Amino acid sequence: MLAALIGFLGDFDLAEEATQEAFAVAADRWQRDGIPAHPGAWLVTTARNLAIDRIRRDRTFAAKARLLAVPEAVEDTMDDPTFDDSAFPDERLELVFTCCHPALATEAQVALTLRTLGGLTTTEIARAFLVPEATMAQRLVRAKKKIKAAGIPFRVPRDHLLPERLVPVLAVVYLIFNEGYGGRGDLSAEAIRLGRALADLMPDEPEVHGLLALMLLLDARRDARFRDGELVLLEDQDRVLWDREQIEAGRVSLERASALQGNGPGGPGRPGRPGRPYVLQAAIASLHAADTRDWARIAALYGELARLTRSPVVELNGAVALAEAAGPEAGLEALDRLELDDYHYLHAARADFLRRLGRTDEARVAYERALELAHSAPEQRFLARRLAEL
Amino acid sequence: MTYMLQIFSSDAGVEFDSLTEDEQNAIHGEYLAISNAPGVTAGAQLEPATTATTVRVQDGQTLTTDGPFVETKEALGGYYLFDAGDVDAAIELAARIPAARMGGAVEVRPVVQR
Repeated sequence: MLAALIGFLGDFDLAEEATQEAFAVAADRWQRDGIPAHPGAWLVTTARNLAIDRIRRDRTFAAKARLLAVPEAVEDTMDDPTFDDSAFPDERLELVFTCCHPALATEAQVALTLRTLGGLTTTEIARAFLVPEATMAQRLVRAKKKIKAAGIPFRVPRDHLLPERLVPVLAVVYLIFNEGYGGRGDLSAEAIRLGRALADLMPDEPEVHGLLALMLLLDARRDARFRDGELVLLEDQDRVLWDREQIEAGRVSLERASALQGNGPGGPGRPGRPGRPYVLQAAIASLHAADTRDWARIAALYGELARLTRSPVVELNGAVALAEAAGPEAGLEALDRLELDDYHYLHAARADFLRRLGRTDEARVAYERALELAHSAPEQRFLARRLAEL
Repeated sequence: MTYMLQIFSSDAGVEFDSLTEDEQNAIHGEYLAISNAPGVTAGAQLEPATTATTVRVQDGQTLTTDGPFVETKEALGGYYLFDAGDVDAAIELAARIPAARMGGAVEVRPVVQR
């Protein structure tokens, strides 16, 4: 409803206020006259009319020339028997692309998306991101001001811009998900809801389905990830706690993504389109959720993902998979090509490979280095335990 | 809306003088094409920041100093004024400006409507 109004009015604040007013009117009138046949459409129309009234009163009426073209006609349609919810286009997709426009800072993109699409209050968003409410309110105000002043459009980008514009949209949703994955489950659920909405709105984009699949697959293991406040490694997780139904749903999304791009996970897809990092990650997550893990395949997918993202962290994950597939020697060789000396996971992985190769002295040095660099208490305890066991 | 596309070149970027004559001509051609693009109403290239003079007035006194107002590695080298429906069109035009891919950047700013 908000999306439809913002699209119509071209003004976030006005749309929000009018929406609230419309609900207030509804609360009053529906009690008296009963609920109308098409409550959604009734609300949008009422909010529109309220907004138009407000603009008419407003001195800056002339500046909002876009509305001059909308005559009284909409005010009469409410009594028209053919009038229903389909009278208003679903403009949520336009709204996503406006909220996640690259001319806005990432933090602002996240906040606006949660506010307008997720329907979270400013207080809720502030709490979720651990910032004072006033800061969050200001962030939203500033973002809305920029949308207006800089002329950020309310529309789905044209085809040639779509691939690059889709990147921040997906990044925002994944960021919200990861924020929740760290513990605040409500945000993960919200991100999955947004992911589902995007998949409905853009059914032909493999990466949209890839992201949804990835979130579903990761979130399915939520209950098994912590035991008594301690992080539980994937291989030690109690699989009974995995949400099988959600894993299945994730796999369905992944299949859909793979079918759309035609060439298997991460394939080149349509010409001129960037690679498929979310589809690849979802494919990896799906293999991790299998009863016996196909490490060779996992290592190969990490290799593809590393080529795509050029991320040494991804290569590190690939080296770990390679060690499982081809032995610690091979993993070690891959690790020693990486420049990640400040990253504790590198030293932890290295230590583990050395331990398995019986090179205990070197393993000890590597564990000590990892322990030096790790910041979280559960990780430090885990590394100390390993070191003691050498 | 009108946007000002401010073109910043960087010391760290590609040295224009080090390019061959053909390459330089090709780049001039690109700038000319942007000047002539529909919606572009004005544009100019500036002399380097070393030629700048900065003026302040304090207690009615004009204070003139040599050099730019802000000393930075990235100096304003020119601008275009561009009428466009929205910022996406301005971003697309900005991305065509050679300085943007030669280590410099283009800052897109809306002009206040009166």
